[in-house]
Amino acid sequence: MLKFILKGILRDRSRSLFPIIVVALIVALVIFNRGFLVGTMNGMFRDTAVISSGHVKIMTHSYQEESQLMPNDLALMNVGEITEILGLKYSDYFWSPRISFAGLLDLPDEQGETKSQGPVMAIGIDFLSSESRQFELWELEKRIDSGHMIKNANDALVGAKLAEKLGLSLGDQVTYIGTTMNNAFTTFNFTVVGTFNLGMGPLDKQMMLVDIEGARMALDMNDAASEILGFKHDLYYDDDAAVAIRNQFNAVHSDASDIFRSSMIALRDANQMGAMIDLVDWSTFIILGIFLLIAMIVLWNMGIMSGLRRYGEMGIRLAMGETKGQVYRSLILESVIIGTIGTIIGTLIGLPLTYYVQEVGIDYSAAFENLNSSSLIMSSVFYTKVTPDLYYIGFIPGVLATVFGTMLAGRAIYKREMAQLFKELET
Amino acid sequence: MSNNNIVEIQELIKQFPVGGGFFTALKDINLKIEIGEFTGLVGPSGSGKTTLLNIIGGLDSPTQGNVNVLGIDLGSSSHNKRATLRKTKMGFIFQSYNLLPVYSVFENVELPLILNKVNSNERKKLVEQAVEWVGLTNKLKSRPNMLSGGECQRTAIARAIVHKPALILADEPTANLDAENSHQIMKIMVCLNQELNTSFVFATHDEKIMAYLRRIIHLEDGQIVKDEQIKNPEMGEKR
Repeated sequence: MLKFILKGILRDRSRSLFPIIVVALIVALVIFNRGFLVGTMNGMFRDTAVISSGHVKIMTHSYQEESQLMPNDLALMNVGEITEILGLKYSDYFWSPRISFAGLLDLPDEQGETKSQGPVMAIGIDFLSSESRQFELWELEKRIDSGHMIKNANDALVGAKLAEKLGLSLGDQVTYIGTTMNNAFTTFNFTVVGTFNLGMGPLDKQMMLVDIEGARMALDMNDAASEILGFKHDLYYDDDAAVAIRNQFNAVHSDASDIFRSSMIALRDANQMGAMIDLVDWSTFIILGIFLLIAMIVLWNMGIMSGLRRYGEMGIRLAMGETKGQVYRSLILESVIIGTIGTIIGTLIGLPLTYYVQEVGIDYSAAFENLNSSSLIMSSVFYTKVTPDLYYIGFIPGVLATVFGTMLAGRAIYKREMAQLFKELET
Repeated sequence: MSNNNIVEIQELIKQFPVGGGFFTALKDINLKIEIGEFTGLVGPSGSGKTTLLNIIGGLDSPTQGNVNVLGIDLGSSSHNKRATLRKTKMGFIFQSYNLLPVYSVFENVELPLILNKVNSNERKKLVEQAVEWVGLTNKLKSRPNMLSGGECQRTAIARAIVHKPALILADEPTANLDAENSHQIMKIMVCLNQELNTSFVFATHDEKIMAYLRRIIHLEDGQIVKDEQIKNPEMGEKR
């Protein structure tokens, strides 16, 4: 019977081609939609993670309490040793120390007098060690507007808008004016080797990136760091894993009398990101649910239309001795076959499309122009994300919705009056 | 039930609910059809012939009375049991052929054998044999839309006969055919009736069919008004 059904499906285009196209399109759409949602949200999380919070972040308890002030006098010490231990203990993550600091950036003229000056928010990042992934993490290949990547400890990358505001050019010596971790006045010269554009308004206007060794020299923070950021190796934020590691770490470092004890926070703990993560989870769930419902209704209608068209066929099969249950089950078998074929085709369309947008992105910069003044850390280029669930998620609408749709439509078989078969089959 | 009776009906009443009451479609039907009979249920529209055919075919249930077909009491048997009876021991021929359009002649004829789970080698043999009986050997791969009306009905006959049922029920099988094709179809069915000893029951008011029948049961207002045996059907002369 299976062979007989397959022949029918292959030959009857309205029974195969149209439903398969519909299923494939729905599946492709669901996959892309899921990839887009996850990618966009992960992009937002990633930007927040890269710029401020990591997937998890360690600092001293007292630094955490006053972190808005960037209190480097409360920074972590013996960072090299701590990082090594973290790498061994939590090997799913890679760990990178960071120094956040603020001050004034001064551009001198030929006489050494101030030519221009402005506030700067700087981050000292481990760019130069051999195992560093910060270049990849910050996507500097795409984001450096001019110049080149940091090669020396006193090299600096300056936000394009900040450079414009201060009139900075490549090769300029700029002086950072601020305080060391011991609260002493300090000045330190950096060389501008490039400008970058993160596509995030306020940050581009104020930010300077330097290597952590340069920051350490400037702030007298030998083997110290404001924070140590941890990132999953695949750079995909896993909230459950982050919360678990946070709880585990903080349970070990729980001596309340030690204000310099290490304390870990997860991305969800930073800047109300928890609410955002929960919202994303729910909205993803709801949007997929709506898609599933729509798919089911479409396929249900398709099943009804197909049932009407094949009314005679069903009638003749019932007259010839198939039971209503057998006819119903054969329809469901057909829907499984169509759903599976459609899902495979839809997945083959949806996955490459999602992968393409993951690599290339969709640039919304024009639409986001007005948002540049907001404080939201959000990229203007959205990327999808190919996650393992995209390989099978299409089967939910593709097969389940097709089968449910057919089951609903197929109920008409049970309502059919057998006594009317002869009359119906005469028309 | 006698061993020779393929259909035995006693005191059959069939009523349909209409509005607040009932419409009696068949009343006090007593009927026996023996193996190998070539019988027609004849009467005007609304006389109850299709209802009787439905009940004999297990597509509908009697309101009262006993209906025994091929040894099965249809009044007390389940839908599934009646479906099995139709599948294994009955064949159906319809006015509109009701061939499945996406399948070839071979595949249409093969369907009852698939439903009866006959293996593929045996299926091939039986289909070829049935198609040969109706003279469509050269059309095995053709789809219904490539066939004439007569060829479609011959395919439907092959489909009805392929699993060698004991009883074939035909509702106005020649109503859509011209005279020449009608005679050809009837001739084929007479031959099959004689060669395979398959019983045929027709519901018809087509004069062309009546000429071939060996027994004519006249129905009027749901009752049998006349049951005549035709000793020498006129088919030879009619053609």
